[in-house]
Amino acid sequence: MDLQLLTQLNAARRNRQAAILLTDLGDGGSRLILKGDPVTGDLGTAVAKAFLSARSGIVEADGQRLFLNVHVPSPRMVIIGAVHISQALAPMAQMAGFDVRVIDPRTAFATPARFSDVDLVADWPEDALEDQPIDAFTALVAVTHDPKIDDWPLTSALNAEAFYVGALGSRKTHGRRVERLTAAGLDARQIGRIAAPIGLDIGAQSPAEIAVAILAQVIAALRRPTDPAQEQPSSPAAGSPVR
Amino acid sequence: MTTPIPGQTLDDQLDPLTLAERWMADGRKVAVATVIETWGSAPRPVGSHLVIDADGNFSGSVSGGCVEGAVISEAAEVISSGEPKMLEFGVADETAWQVGLSCGGKIQVYLERIV
Repeated sequence: MDLQLLTQLNAARRNRQAAILLTDLGDGGSRLILKGDPVTGDLGTAVAKAFLSARSGIVEADGQRLFLNVHVPSPRMVIIGAVHISQALAPMAQMAGFDVRVIDPRTAFATPARFSDVDLVADWPEDALEDQPIDAFTALVAVTHDPKIDDWPLTSALNAEAFYVGALGSRKTHGRRVERLTAAGLDARQIGRIAAPIGLDIGAQSPAEIAVAILAQVIAALRRPTDPAQEQPSSPAAGSPVR
Repeated sequence: MTTPIPGQTLDDQLDPLTLAERWMADGRKVAVATVIETWGSAPRPVGSHLVIDADGNFSGSVSGGCVEGAVISEAAEVISSGEPKMLEFGVADETAWQVGLSCGGKIQVYLERIV
């Protein structure tokens, strides 16, 4: 592989640009294809498919055996609420490969001392996300259980079809949340996508354990996405702890 | 694809391809191993990288630690010859335990030098 190609590939990855490194397994030659680059013929079809599935693999195209290594942007996690759970969740999620941002307008919570190595924004979510709107590659984790802070990012994430949307709060809290979001014009399918109570049911008790339950649920949503058309509104599992 | 964590500068916190670029900038000779095909249960998905320098330093993984040793020794030859190599690992018989995948899968690894 040419060093210049490696440098270009790494630059594309840093800029959150989807890219494919193509290697000709016959002669060892390689080239970089950025998403949107025009590619024709058999290869064009294979490249389009690879970008869509985000799966790397060997393809036969135009009589050659080629390896397509697909690089798609790393997923983001936006955590609303600089609370105790977030202090555990943020570093865990970074370790798992997520670009993490923690947002909380309450300056007593959002202090660098509590979040030393994390992208922390002490502002309202609508302002803190201006430079980085929630997209389909984003997981939204809302853990303040304060409607003033949580509702806007939840709505924004549901409208953007974020791959994961989770919200902390008891069933009663969530019931009221559902009423507010319905009144705000979101439909039942959208609201049904909210993971609430948040996190996998593993009996988590401490903030760090709850962080593990949330991160595991986010990873499941990322790696085993369900067909949105078949998705049912989630009903909390019986006996799951109320958060 | 991992975000470097501020305050943690260990090489292992960088993803293999970023580290490979840095090693090249330091004037080191570097080979990249890539999982290009898997059969059965394989610990690392297609596209995973292991980078190796001429002194045998390495980062990343192409299996769960089962065949890295063999890939690293092959890398020395690829670095000196500059010729890419295709390596295949799997459990075929008992002797394969030495450099095989105990999980019973099979993987194909493409090993090339960065020039």
